[in-house]
This record gives sequence, C-alpha cells and structure tokens, in this order.
Amino acid sequence: MAWLGPDEWQVVALSLKVSAWATALSLPLALLVAHALARGRFPGKTLLNGLVHLPLILPPVVTGYLLLLGFGPTGTLGQALASVGLTLAFHWTGAALAAAVMGFPLMVRAIRLSIEAVDPKLEQAAATLGASRIWVFATVTLPLILPGLIAGTILGFAKAMGEFGATITFVSNIPGQTQTVPSAIYAFLQVPGGESAATRLVMISVALALGALLASEVLARRAARRVAGT
Amino acid sequence: MKLEVELRHPMQGFTLDVAFAAPPGLTVLFGRSGSGKTTVINAVAGLLNPERGRVALGDQVLQDSASRTWLPPHRRRMGYVFQDARLFPHLTVRQNLGYGRWFAGRAGPASPAQVIEMLGIGSLLDRRPGALSGGERQRVAIGRALLSNPRAILADEPLAALDEARKAEILPYLERLRDETRIPILYVSHSAAEVARLATTVIVLQDGRVIRQGSAAEVLADPAVTPLGARAAGAILTARVIAHHTDGLTELESGGERLFLPRIAQPEGTELRLRIPAQDVILSRQRPEGLSALNILSGHVAQIRSGDGPGALVSVSTRAGTVLARITRRSAATLELHEGTPCHAVVKSVAIAPEDIGR
Repeated sequence: MAWLGPDEWQVVALSLKVSAWATALSLPLALLVAHALARGRFPGKTLLNGLVHLPLILPPVVTGYLLLLGFGPTGTLGQALASVGLTLAFHWTGAALAAAVMGFPLMVRAIRLSIEAVDPKLEQAAATLGASRIWVFATVTLPLILPGLIAGTILGFAKAMGEFGATITFVSNIPGQTQTVPSAIYAFLQVPGGESAATRLVMISVALALGALLASEVLARRAARRVAGT
Repeated sequence: MKLEVELRHPMQGFTLDVAFAAPPGLTVLFGRSGSGKTTVINAVAGLLNPERGRVALGDQVLQDSASRTWLPPHRRRMGYVFQDARLFPHLTVRQNLGYGRWFAGRAGPASPAQVIEMLGIGSLLDRRPGALSGGERQRVAIGRALLSNPRAILADEPLAALDEARKAEILPYLERLRDETRIPILYVSHSAAEVARLATTVIVLQDGRVIRQGSAAEVLADPAVTPLGARAAGAILTARVIAHHTDGLTELESGGERLFLPRIAQPEGTELRLRIPAQDVILSRQRPEGLSALNILSGHVAQIRSGDGPGALVSVSTRAGTVLARITRRSAATLELHEGTPCHAVVKSVAIAPEDIGR
C-alpha cells in the first residue's frame, strides 16, 4: 500500500491490534454472560442485563470518563493492575479495554438471541444420552449457536474498529500509542491540509467495514446451513 | 431388573400420585392426554424433579426424596425416545447414533451394526436429520437411545406424531426391540392399538392415579377399564397361524378355536396378538347359522358394565381368551345376559385391521 504513509499504516495496524485484542478477550465473557441471560435463573438478572447494555445507552464520553476513574492511575482497579505491571490509561491496552466495553453489549445481544433460539429439548436429549452440562454445551449448544457467535464477533470487531468517544476520553489520542483510525481521522481534520490523509483512512475504514460484513454474511450462511441439518 | 417408580407431584387440576413397577419387557403407561404420563416418564429420566418420589432400577436408587438422593439425567443411563425424535441437526445420522455411545464409554450388548440392521437405517448414515422423513427420524432416535448402552428405555409416544403408514413401518421394530432386549421399556401411549400390539404389562393412568395394572390381555379385557371410552375398547387374543388359504384368508388357532382373517403376511406357526375391537363383536344366545361372519367364539358372560348411556360392555370368556363386546343395554336386557350366561361372540373377519395384529 504505497499510497499509505508509514504514519497512516501505523494507525491502521494499531487499530487492528486494538480491535483484535478487544474482541478476543471479550468473546469468552460475552458467551458466558449471554448464556446466563438466556438460560439462567438467578437474582439480579435484570441488573446484569442493564449493566451489560449500559455502554450502548450512555454517551461514550461518559463511559470513557468512568473507565478513567476506575482504571486510571488513581483508580482502584488501575492501581491494582499497575501493581501486576499492566498499565491501561493512555496506553494501547486501555484503547482495547474501551473498545471491548463498547462492543460488549452488541456481542452479548447477538449471542444471547442465538442461544435463545436453541431448543432446550435438544439439550435435554443430550443429557439423557449421558452428556454432563459442560458436554451438552460443547457438543450441542455451541455448534448450534455458531452463526450467532460469528455475527456477534464481527459486530464486536467492527464496533471496536470504529470506537472513538470512550477511547479518546480514556486513553487520549497519542500517535503510535493510542491513535486508532477514528482518532487519526479526527486529528487530521483538525490541521490544515490533513484532508487527503483523512480521506485515505476513511477509505480504509469503509473497505474494512465492507469486508467484515461480507465475511460475516458468508460465514453465517454456511453455519446456518449446518444448523438446519440438511 | 425391575424399574420401580413412586411419585407425587402437583399438576394442573390434580396431584400426580403413582406407584408401580415395570418388569423386563414393555410396560405401557396408558391413559388419555393430560393424565400425567409424560410427567412420570420425565421424572424417571431426571428431566423433572418431582415434589416427592423414589425411582429405583434393580438395586440402584436413582432418586429418593427421603434420603435426598438425586442422580442427574446424564448419570441415569436411561435411553429416552422422545415423541419428536430430537436428533441433533448439526450431526449426521452416524454421529447422532454415536453420540450416546461415546458417553457410555464402553459398548453395550448391542453393536452398532446390529442396531442399524434391526432398524433398517443403513442407507441413511451419512445424511443429516433435516433430510429424513418422520419415520426415519424416529428409527434413528430409537437407535441412538439403544446404542447409549441404557439400563432401561423410556419412550414418550414415539409414534404419536406419525401418520398410519409410518406407524406401521416402525411398530415391527418396536416389537423386535421388546423381544430382543432384556431391559425394562417404559412406553407412554394413548393408543389402544399400540398397547394391544406392544404391551407386556399395562399401567392405566387416570387424572394422575394408577387405576389398574396387569398384563395386557387382562387389563384390556376388563370392561371396567376404558380410559379412552368404550368406543376404543377391545380385548387381545393370542393366536397361531395354521394355514394360508387360496381364497385370501389366513386360518388361525387360539385355545382350540379356529379364526379366519384376511391374509396375514406371517409364516405358518407364528404366534400373533390380535386386538378385537369391542364394537365389532356381536353377541348371540344361540349358535348363529346362516351368517356371513366366519368367526364364532363360544363361551359365557364374565362381566357386564353398563354406563349412563345406551351402551354396555360385556366381557365373554371363551376358549380363545376373553373377548369384549360393545352392545346396547337394551340388547343386554332382551338377551337376558347376566354373569355366567352362555353366549356366542361373533367377529367379522374384516373387522380386525392390520394395525391391530402384532407379534
């Protein structure tokens, strides 16, 4: 990509790294939470549901500020993590955390819907055939929710690629460290003559988004065919 | 090995309160829809935790509310055949069959090859459940349950969702299953024909209670037990194929009596179970002559049960076994039928449908 300068390439690479980590780390937790919300019966379920969806409703700046309070240098969690050598504030790891938090509700939603679509009768049948709960999940539930899992992952990744408000509030806009594609576009638009660089990044964004959508479409269709059992 | 069940569980409108034992062979839980049959079988499988209960298989207690014992479903080793098959849609037939077998750890007495042959599903192995007919799906479900090396088989109306042709396709496999495995089979049904063909033991459920239990012949010949109404009543006779006649009739022998039925595709010497629908039996005090019906069984009235309606159910003891006849109360009075009255039961050959004939 000769037309992309080294600085711009660095921005794209950082965005991909941040989004990949955000998605990979939040997927298992999203699966767990989605399963609890779809199948579990426990006190505080409504509260958990609200908490998960909060980042979807709150202004991203608020989410970013709350992250800064909690995970910043003076925050309780931030200090605890710093003592084990993990810095989040003004660091790319913080950008990943912000992206993960913002994408989490979308992931949980997609996975939860697909779990609710699985007939519990099939899980009962698996149990009578000798499968413990973990095995039922691994051999019946998980394969059947694969389309939803893929959709959720791609949605989460796309959200992470586009996250701006919470990221810039929590980890600022440091080139080479926390400057993701949206932050970079914003920065380029603030300086005279930055439009051409911004345009190139916009085109990259559009291409990545389209690619992600296409990929999810193909994967989801293939998985749906598998699940239909024909 | 015997399956012993004692349950108490509140249901909509009544309390399920049953106690029974299912010996080896096929035990039918018989009753109309909503009498609590499925609840019983789900509790035995561990899919439902009853308010109070005890389930034991041989000397192993699967659950006992008194001693707070409760084995989860996956540790009970009950092969469950559901009404709706419940095959795993993402697995092939072969993988579905192998599912329970894999968890069983060791192979059961039946090898996959034997089960596949017995159920006639060899040509389906590489297909997905979505590409199977209802009857094929149910046969695979039976195979999957069998191959999980179960210590008992539970079946919840496995034929109810199928049309008559598919039922006729599966019933012979269930008869073979009953005759070839030595584990108890608990089978839920509300079909008199299925009971007549399959049951070794019948447990009649009504509003959550066991109102009668015993051998199939004994329970179905009792005019006082008609969980589905008198219209569906009918006794079972055991008969042996003697000869196939050139005019399309098959001659059978039962307790020294001769019966003639439309051609039955079974070799001579085969023992068969015939269900004689009560409403197709005519009673006569004198031995009838000049009658088109071919089958006349002589005996005496064992029991008469008249309800509030115009009908009466009469059981007649004959050399072939007990036959039930559904007649009007007026006829019973005109013929002066009482317990012990000698009479003749007349059965039209064509009244016995192929689905009422089993092994």
